[in-house]
Amino acid sequence: MTIVMHWHDWLALFGQYLLLSLLSISGAITTVPDMQRYLVVQNGWLSGTQFTSSVAIAQAAPGPNVLFVGLMGWNVGLNAGGGIDGGIHAWLLGFLGLAITMVGILLPSTTLTYFATRWGHRNRARRDVRAFKQGMAPVVVGLLIATGWVLAAGNRAPDTPPWHLWLVAGAAALVVWRTRIHLLWLLGAGAALGAAGFV
Amino acid sequence: MQPAVSDSLPDRPRPSSTADLFLSFTVLALQGFGGVLAVVQREIVEKKRWLTPDEFIEDWAVAQVLPGPNVVNLAVMIGDRYFGLRGAAAAVAGLLSAPLVVVMVLAVLYTYFAGDPRVAGALRGMGAIAGGIIAATGFKLVPQLRKNPLGFPLCLGLVALVFGAIALARIPLGWVLLTVGAAACIQTWRKIAP
Repeated sequence: MTIVMHWHDWLALFGQYLLLSLLSISGAITTVPDMQRYLVVQNGWLSGTQFTSSVAIAQAAPGPNVLFVGLMGWNVGLNAGGGIDGGIHAWLLGFLGLAITMVGILLPSTTLTYFATRWGHRNRARRDVRAFKQGMAPVVVGLLIATGWVLAAGNRAPDTPPWHLWLVAGAAALVVWRTRIHLLWLLGAGAALGAAGFV
Repeated sequence: MQPAVSDSLPDRPRPSSTADLFLSFTVLALQGFGGVLAVVQREIVEKKRWLTPDEFIEDWAVAQVLPGPNVVNLAVMIGDRYFGLRGAAAAVAGLLSAPLVVVMVLAVLYTYFAGDPRVAGALRGMGAIAGGIIAATGFKLVPQLRKNPLGFPLCLGLVALVFGAIALARIPLGWVLLTVGAAACIQTWRKIAP
């Protein structure tokens, strides 16, 4: 797909990711529903497939999951440059998108972490520090489950029955919950089921 | 800035330099398929012994509650512990640089092969699995809530409320944190009155 990005669009994207960085309690992955709303539904800068494949590629690769954020920026840039065949122009915009989203998602949270851990270490017995840590615990758990749900729901192929998708995602959740199997085996099984057209 | 706790660590293994930090985090990041946390625990705590298990759990709890990618936050904390701001930067750079290159190569390859329905299907299948993996991470944490001062039933209610607001009603995250999150913190503050 091809889109037009003005300079104020890039600025808005950067601002959105700076904001999401501060909202990404328990990891950038919990802002996936919000990113999907912003990039796909509201602005149409990414197709739904580009969005979910960015998350899936980053999950399949080694390293922190947050790299999916950079891939989304990369894809927004490619779309703005006329796609992967748009030549050097598209690649440069891709790298611009990558830099904007990665710096945006990391700068506020790492700065906050740097100063907050120093402060928190000195004040770890304080009532408000403990209230924040413990009060956020159930919210974080609910967020993680919701994120898993939104991610799984975005992967439904139009020509397969929805229960196939929920069976696969549910089975994966059960296996991870109850066993210590290496996650790579699960991702491999998912890839095989997907390639075979089951989901 | 000076390292946070350098004076309290007399005779135990520690990274020899910021380059050592950078390389150590590069190596562990490249092993972390589907998440790096388990590898951090194995490499930094069990093999290198830069952190005791207790320190790891404490740091991890804070890294999880603060906004931002957990493992990146943990890298900031570990780097800062030994070399201050330079250490934090070296650890984060090590964690992200090499995996970013790998992901970019995969993404470009994917763009060329995205037309193949089997490639698109494989990605869809992995996406469904990834969703299940993340949900399971949440389920695994549910038993921890038994120790929560809010009480287990109220915690379960909050989990369900947040799930419904985000996954079903699709309410923006910020509003949920400002309302449900703030209410939970205030209620906890009242419960843990001395």
